[in-house]
Amino acid sequence: MLLSWLIIIPLAGGILAWVAGSRGPYAEKGNAALCRWISLAALAAALVPVVWLWLEGHSVAAPGASWLARTNVPWLPALGIGFHLAMDGISLLFVLLTILLGMATVIAYWAEIDHEVGLFHFLLLAVLTGIIGVFTAFDLFLFYFFWEVMLVPMYFLIALWGHEKRAAAAVKFFIFTQLSGLLMLVSILGLYFVHGGQTGVYTFDYFDLIGTSVPSGVASLLLLGFLAAFLVKLPAVPFHTWLPDAHTEAPTAGSVILAGLLLKTGGYGLLRFALPLFPGAAADLAPLAMALGVVGVLYGAILAFAQTDLKRLVAYTSVSHMGFVLLGIFAGNETALLGAIIQMLSHGVSTGALFILAGALQERFRTRDMEHLGGLWTVVPRLGGFWLFFAMASLGLPGMGNFIGEFLVLLGLYRVSLPMTVLAALGLIASTLYAVRMVQKVFFGTGREAVQVPDLGPREMAVMAVLIAAILWLGLFPGPFLDTARKGLSNLPGTAIVMPGELARTTPPGGAHDAR
Amino acid sequence: MTPADWSALTPLAILAAAPVVIMIAIAVRRSHGAVFALALGGVGLALLSLPWASSSPGRGAPLLLLDGYALLLIALILLAGFATILLGFGYLKIRRGNREEFYILILTALLGAVILVGSAHLAAFFLGLEILSVSLYALVAYERAGEAGIEAGIKYLVLAAFSSAFLVFGMALVYAETGTLSFAPMAAKMAAGGTGHVLLAGIILITVGIGFKLAAVPFHMWVADVYEGAPAPVTAFIATVSKGAVFAVLLRFYLPMEVLRGSPAGVFLAAVAVASMVAGNLLALFQDNVKRLLAYSSIAHMGYLLVAFLAGGPLRVAAVVFYLVAYFITSLGAFGVMTVLSGPRRDADRIEDYRGLFFRRPWLAGTFTAMLLSLAGIPLTAGFIGKFYILAAGVGTFLWVPVGTLVVTSVVGLFYYLRVLVAMYTPSPVTTGAGTSPMPAGALALAILTALLLGLGVYPAPLLEAITALGPFG
Repeated sequence: MLLSWLIIIPLAGGILAWVAGSRGPYAEKGNAALCRWISLAALAAALVPVVWLWLEGHSVAAPGASWLARTNVPWLPALGIGFHLAMDGISLLFVLLTILLGMATVIAYWAEIDHEVGLFHFLLLAVLTGIIGVFTAFDLFLFYFFWEVMLVPMYFLIALWGHEKRAAAAVKFFIFTQLSGLLMLVSILGLYFVHGGQTGVYTFDYFDLIGTSVPSGVASLLLLGFLAAFLVKLPAVPFHTWLPDAHTEAPTAGSVILAGLLLKTGGYGLLRFALPLFPGAAADLAPLAMALGVVGVLYGAILAFAQTDLKRLVAYTSVSHMGFVLLGIFAGNETALLGAIIQMLSHGVSTGALFILAGALQERFRTRDMEHLGGLWTVVPRLGGFWLFFAMASLGLPGMGNFIGEFLVLLGLYRVSLPMTVLAALGLIASTLYAVRMVQKVFFGTGREAVQVPDLGPREMAVMAVLIAAILWLGLFPGPFLDTARKGLSNLPGTAIVMPGELARTTPPGGAHDAR
Repeated sequence: MTPADWSALTPLAILAAAPVVIMIAIAVRRSHGAVFALALGGVGLALLSLPWASSSPGRGAPLLLLDGYALLLIALILLAGFATILLGFGYLKIRRGNREEFYILILTALLGAVILVGSAHLAAFFLGLEILSVSLYALVAYERAGEAGIEAGIKYLVLAAFSSAFLVFGMALVYAETGTLSFAPMAAKMAAGGTGHVLLAGIILITVGIGFKLAAVPFHMWVADVYEGAPAPVTAFIATVSKGAVFAVLLRFYLPMEVLRGSPAGVFLAAVAVASMVAGNLLALFQDNVKRLLAYSSIAHMGYLLVAFLAGGPLRVAAVVFYLVAYFITSLGAFGVMTVLSGPRRDADRIEDYRGLFFRRPWLAGTFTAMLLSLAGIPLTAGFIGKFYILAAGVGTFLWVPVGTLVVTSVVGLFYYLRVLVAMYTPSPVTTGAGTSPMPAGALALAILTALLLGLGVYPAPLLEAITALGPFG
């Protein structure tokens, strides 16, 4: 029941916010504040059970207790569909990230959105609900349901509040994700019938389907359906073309959710569904997937270097960073998997922060074009300072979460393929290039020194402080996160050949054993 | 005829009596409100008599077979008629000319559709079809002032007559080979004696006739013009009642004939399904008129339904019935929004009429959004569960070509649904000629339809259980 609240609270909060915010144009200001407070309160309320579960899970260190909570209610019993939610360490970390970034978005956009505030917050919370659902669903039908549910509000966020070319970007985003999602649905159905044919039990339940012995030819086909959905969402080159458009044209809040959370659903899906359900076929495909990862790392970084639109630049860095995630997931050992998880969490925070700051810049200077910015260090020093921090996080400076993620991925990858490790490590150099260039072009040099605009206010500073704390925590004391993630990994057969004691050697000093 | 037969036929008797009562009422005094109430009452009474009819031991033999499935689909059709009447009231109120005859024609069309759904015999099939079609000729051309209405009426008349000819010829061939007009003995004879060339030709000719009524490719030429020319509530009626009733006959006629699976007739049907999905979705891409767009999309939806129909297995009938229910709700809702938006001069059928609708009439825009998302098969709507069911039925019986076509073409379909959606959410200072008069009856119908759409999308279990409880089809 606890997990149902994670779905119900944000959704109910969203509906309440909508009602509160749509009371006619008169009391626009007051109602807008009200519906922002409602959204924030709903997310804070949803945070409570997650944090409680986290603390609880830490106190119970028993090896078998890797499931923190489960709830299973029949939904469509005739077809073997249940409302089955569960949470382990991996789900918990991603849900935590979801709620944290959701709150950051609500606070950071306290003033930016000025029309249809109620609807905006409803859609925002609906997306978050869908994402939380994706991270906790353990029925394949339910998973697909949430997978689609998070797209529709996102489409409207882009189409209604986006920038200049929002309609085209929203349509492109929707079509890409729909087609890939439908292919996954066909695969889910295929698995359903294979399992039903073998056992006579027709069910979509994850725990029943996970041990299905699918004939290898069929398994490859079914895996391709799942990969279609997850690789488009991640995104992996060459399925990434929707991403720059959607991220650039989305309103800043939409970009934060897209880059910070939606991309993570792709990585999570690979980890939770694609690999454990079809371990053999996934192992066959791993070299290809890792090659795509390397290509993504380099290609994304090179393209990021060539951008002049600030949001587009950050969008391409996501392609690069998600390449590391793909590498980590398919490398097939625990170190790399943990790296991929930490990388996703850190990327969510750092890219979310960069998009928030890019939005703040756009709000102040009415442009995202780096050619028309420059010399802002003296104009908005606080914004510049935060930007520099998150740019450094993004390029993987030691001490920040992204470094831990990329380091662990490379470490795990090293034992699989040296050439790929070398190539992927080149991505770190490329990321330094684009990050430094970005800071240089916007904040130094000459251009807009004479402009008078307000710097970040206390509200935005508070959000940034929380995000900085999160990145530093991930970077300096990743122990609690690694412990939680590792407990979750024990639920995922087929993802890794777990070698005992290995992690103790590979985590940085003070990391793994620093569990609170 | 025993008393049991009569009680089974009560719904039909009520539907037949209602138009007569209305005609007499009109002869006494023309009153739009009174006729509207009478028509609603007639349909409501017929609906209420359904439980009674289902409890009677008679089944309407030999011409009709009013079993659980037939009664469920009859209820669906009557509810669609109910919604059409609610929508039609406001639509006719702001127009000139005689309004009362609309309700008579709707009631006779409903009678035809109900006979069609219940038919177990080629005579009842043909009779029901003709009662339905003749009423529709007049309904399509109800707006006699405009050229589009007349054009649509004549087109519908010519093509319907044409398809009837196919149908009758096919029936004659089948009769010549099997010596019976009843569906069940016909299937039994086929199972025993196989299918010769003449019999196959007859079946395919009947399929062609049905294909015309469903507007499946390549028999779809009439559909866009008729949708466009007919008044919006009539378009809603054609999209749902007429097509749904014909699909019910298709189930009734073909399902016993398992022997046709894999025969040329089966292959023909599969080709029609694939062609409908491809052509319907592609042609809809190029439409600037929402009615035409929905007309082509309806071709595609008939293709989806045929996929479920082609699938064997336990899921088939449930998939078809559920999809029909979802499609009824969605089409009625979509054309209902159009009806409510239509002004006295013309229907709100251009995409421009919907530009910025969200900012002018957010509730209507929300309803239309839900309907379009359901047509596109997006979760939280009944259309999603319907599409899921069809995919499940198709994958379960390895219909890879139709299933693959469905997946790819339904993504193509997203393009044009999103076009309308984008228009609705694009701010526009221009006000078009479409009307803004409130239509309380229509708004009520739309509210119910939206609630049903979302209800079935989130918790479809009750309806699915009801369908399953009906047991095997036939």
